[in-house]
Amino acid sequence: MSRPFPTRRHFLLAAPVCALLPTPSRATEAQVATLIAELVGQVPVQSGRITLDLPLLVENGNVVAMTVAVDAPVGLVRDIHVFADGNPLPDVAHFQFGPRAGVPRIATRIRLATSQTVTAIARMNDGSCWKDSVELLVTLAACIE
Amino acid sequence: MVRVLINVPKTVRRDEPFEVRLLISHPMESGQRRDTLGLAIPREIIDRLDCTLDGEAVIHMSLFPAISANPYLSFSAVAQRSGTMTITFSGDRGLTQVESVPITVV
Repeated sequence: MSRPFPTRRHFLLAAPVCALLPTPSRATEAQVATLIAELVGQVPVQSGRITLDLPLLVENGNVVAMTVAVDAPVGLVRDIHVFADGNPLPDVAHFQFGPRAGVPRIATRIRLATSQTVTAIARMNDGSCWKDSVELLVTLAACIE
Repeated sequence: MVRVLINVPKTVRRDEPFEVRLLISHPMESGQRRDTLGLAIPREIIDRLDCTLDGEAVIHMSLFPAISANPYLSFSAVAQRSGTMTITFSGDRGLTQVESVPITVV
C-alpha cells in the first residue's frame, strides 16, 4: 500500500528546515547609525535646517505620505538621505539635486513595517550635515510577511 | 512599459520654481513578501529615477523597496527657457523607460 505523499515522516524531516528559514529581518537603530556615520564621516550631525514631515500616527503603513525639505537654497544642498530603522531594509530613498532643481523639497509615499523612527540627513556643499527624525506609531504595518 | 503620469504647470515663469508631480503605475514589489506556497516573491522595484530639463539635471533619485506601490514623487524645478523635461527611470527585470513632457516658459 502506497502512502499519501506528505507523510508524517516528511513533516518531521521538514520541521528543522522550516525553523532555519530566515524570518523577515528588521533593520536596527545601530544599523541606521552606522549608515549615517558612513555618510557623514567625521562631520558632526546637527539638528535643524532639514524638515521631515510624516504623520505621528500612521493608520496604513503601506502608504505613508512623507515630505522632506531643506531650508536653504537648492544650490547649497548636496544630497538628502532618508532612513527607517524598523523596516527590513534601512534605506528609503536618496535624492541629489542638479542645476535645474527648484527648491529642495520632495514629497513621496513610503512603506513602514512597524512603529519606528524615520531619519532624514541632508549633506550641504559646505560640508555640514543636518538631520531630522520623526518617531511614529504604525497601526497597520506594511505587508512584509 | 509602465504607465506614467507627469503633471507640470501648463506654463511656467522664467527662473521661478515650479512643481513636478509623477505618478508611476508600478507594483514596487519589495522582495520581502512570500506567496501562498511560502516562496519569496522576487524584488521588482524602480531603483533609479532621473529628471533632466534640456539635458541639465533637475534631480537624481535612488529608490528602495520602502517606496510605496505606484510611486508618487513630487519635486521642484526651474526653467530658463522653454524646453523638454525628460524623466528616465530604471529598475529590476531590465526596466528602463524614458518619458518626456514639454515645458513652456512665458
